Amino acid sequence: MSTILVGIKRVIDYSVRVRVKPDGSGVVTDGVKMSINPFDEIALEEALRIKERGIVNEVIAVGIGPADAQQQLRSALAMGADRAVLVQVDGGAVAPLTAARVFLKLAQKHQPLLVILGKQAIDDDNGQTGQMLAALWDRPQATFASKLELDGNRARVTREVDTGLESIEIDLPAVVTTDLRLNEPRYIKLPDIMKAKKKPLDTTTLAELGVEAAAQSPRAVKFTPPPVRSRGIMVKTVDELVGALKQRGVI
Amino acid sequence: MTQILIVAEHGNGRLNPSTAKCVSCAQSFGEGTIDIALLAADVAPLAAEAAALMGVRRVLTLERPENAEPLAAVYAPQVAALAEGYTHLLGPSTTFGKDLMPRVAALLGVGQISDVMTVESANRFVRPVYAGNALMTVEAPAGQIAVATVRMASFQPAAGGGSASIEAATVEASLPSHTRFLSRTQAKSDRPDLQTAKRVVSGGRALASAENFKLLYGLADALGAAVGASRAAVDAGYVPNEMQVGQTGKIIAPELYVALGISGAIQHLTGIKDARTIVAVNKDSEAPIFEVADIGMVGDLFQVVPELERLLRAEHR
Ligand SMILES: Cc1cc2nc3c(=O)[nH]c(=O)nc-3n(C[C@H](O)[C@H](O)[C@H](O)COP(=O)(O)OP(=O)(O)OC[C@H]3O[C@@H](n4cnc5c(N)ncnc54)[C@H](O)[C@@H]3O)c2cc1C
Ligand SMILES: Nc1ncnc2c1ncn2[C@@H]1O[C@H](COP(=O)(O)O)[C@@H](O)[C@H]1O
Repeated sequence: MSTILVGIKRVIDYSVRVRVKPDGSGVVTDGVKMSINPFDEIALEEALRIKERGIVNEVIAVGIGPADAQQQLRSALAMGADRAVLVQVDGGAVAPLTAARVFLKLAQKHQPLLVILGKQAIDDDNGQTGQMLAALWDRPQATFASKLELDGNRARVTREVDTGLESIEIDLPAVVTTDLRLNEPRYIKLPDIMKAKKKPLDTTTLAELGVEAAAQSPRAVKFTPPPVRSRGIMVKTVDELVGALKQRGVI
Repeated sequence: MTQILIVAEHGNGRLNPSTAKCVSCAQSFGEGTIDIALLAADVAPLAAEAAALMGVRRVLTLERPENAEPLAAVYAPQVAALAEGYTHLLGPSTTFGKDLMPRVAALLGVGQISDVMTVESANRFVRPVYAGNALMTVEAPAGQIAVATVRMASFQPAAGGGSASIEAATVEASLPSHTRFLSRTQAKSDRPDLQTAKRVVSGGRALASAENFKLLYGLADALGAAVGASRAAVDAGYVPNEMQVGQTGKIIAPELYVALGISGAIQHLTGIKDARTIVAVNKDSEAPIFEVADIGMVGDLFQVVPELERLLRAEHR
């Protein structure tokens, strides 16, 4: 029996309209709702379903970030993860290459059947960590997964690609990154929140794991608001609509 | 001086337009050289296409049967080996490039810059974050190769008419057998490709069924447009996943985008920010899509769409 590692990143909730700080040093996070990255909820859901089928016996949720990321790990425990590890990193964004190095260390330690990550974190929209981990770990990657079928030491994965759906077969262990349609994550029930308080949540650091933060990563210099599109005209009839299209020279 | 290597994307024996857009991004560096890495089982027809892209110096081909399908695990070690000596490695921010490039970057031991919108200097780039609600200027560390993916909606394809040399390359790379291609669905549409279309008609949850969605195809054909959709329409199974427009679908920049029964969630809007003209039809006058629409109409799409199609067809007559 074995384990699945799942990435749980703390991000600004998808429903928040993010604003850039006036000084351009970042985006406003004070008083802003934080959540589990939506793709990571899907990753956790998939891991839990695999465990419920008796294929693995443990799901470990891994977060890399500030102490507050414990909140998201507690939610992951409430959803059903067996235990959680917080790799505490203070002082801003964790580069995907650093995150991949952390997952590599944990993969070497736990020898998981799968590492399931999101296809992208919706804060920095990097979409890199899973692929980087697969490279460092020298294992297969199945990105943008919308279906995952396990069969012994192999898996068949359906991937959402630009032309439609692609199906690949990979040997396990492997890295899978989730797309939106892989599953619909379960809701957390109140009693589960109570139970989650008793589940282990260990905190460690990059130094303790023997991971060096990747200085080879690009560095954010400044943030600026995007150009805003302004509200145009409103038309009342389809005739007016066609007229407006002609006036703009698009038809 | 910059020395840029671009990873070519192709399918069905044709170069994907994403490659020409990467070339145009590379041209925006100013001086320097631009080479293209072409991995395929049969490189000849593709190499000729790549060599014709304006501004390209050399097309380096790696022809082997294992390269028939673009499996990241198979391509990555070869691309990493080819990248030796270059200052920059670029790939498209399509599912091909998003899958491959971070794997290559990690093999090279460097980070990656995703979705480059603007090249400010050889090591300074602008990219969108938070679903496009902020633009981040990033600096790649000096003294190492910069690996980046290019945001497709930000660059026009480079022109043809070039005459690069074509050279068969060899690399030392052991290819894994742990990842095997099985199958891929083929787009069966005669309509323009969503990612490069000049006009796009998109539908949302309001369409309420796959059957109703067909209404949009008639309008799209009258406009010569591609058809897109919101996530809600894809999730509900009205249309397949490759039609999703947005933060986690396709980012597009058509001249005309017609949003029908789409509310205008942030995640959707980020996919159409660069559209020249946005038209929205929604029965809710408060729908956020109207905040960005150039032409808005409050109304029932089931009435508007057939009438619009009729008027447009009459125009052409
Ligand atoms: C991590 C994440 C990623 C996401 N990525 C994407 C993405 O890439 N792309 C994307 O689109 N979404 C994405 N979403 C989802 C997004 O938040 C919205 O839920 C989605 O865009 C809503 O789709 P919709 O506008 O079709 O549906 P709704 O928001 O339900 O809007 C339907 C609209 O139709 C109007 N309407 C109803 N009937 C009619 C009628 N008869 N005539 C005219 N108008 C009518 C209604 O007034 C309403 O405004 C993502 C969400 C998350 C959490
Ligand atoms: N700091 C982090 N903590 C936990 N998981 C992470 C972290 N960074 C990246 N991941 C995982 O990697 C996925 C892709 O992230 P990214 O490459 O940053 O877009 C996320 O969905 C997570 O599953």
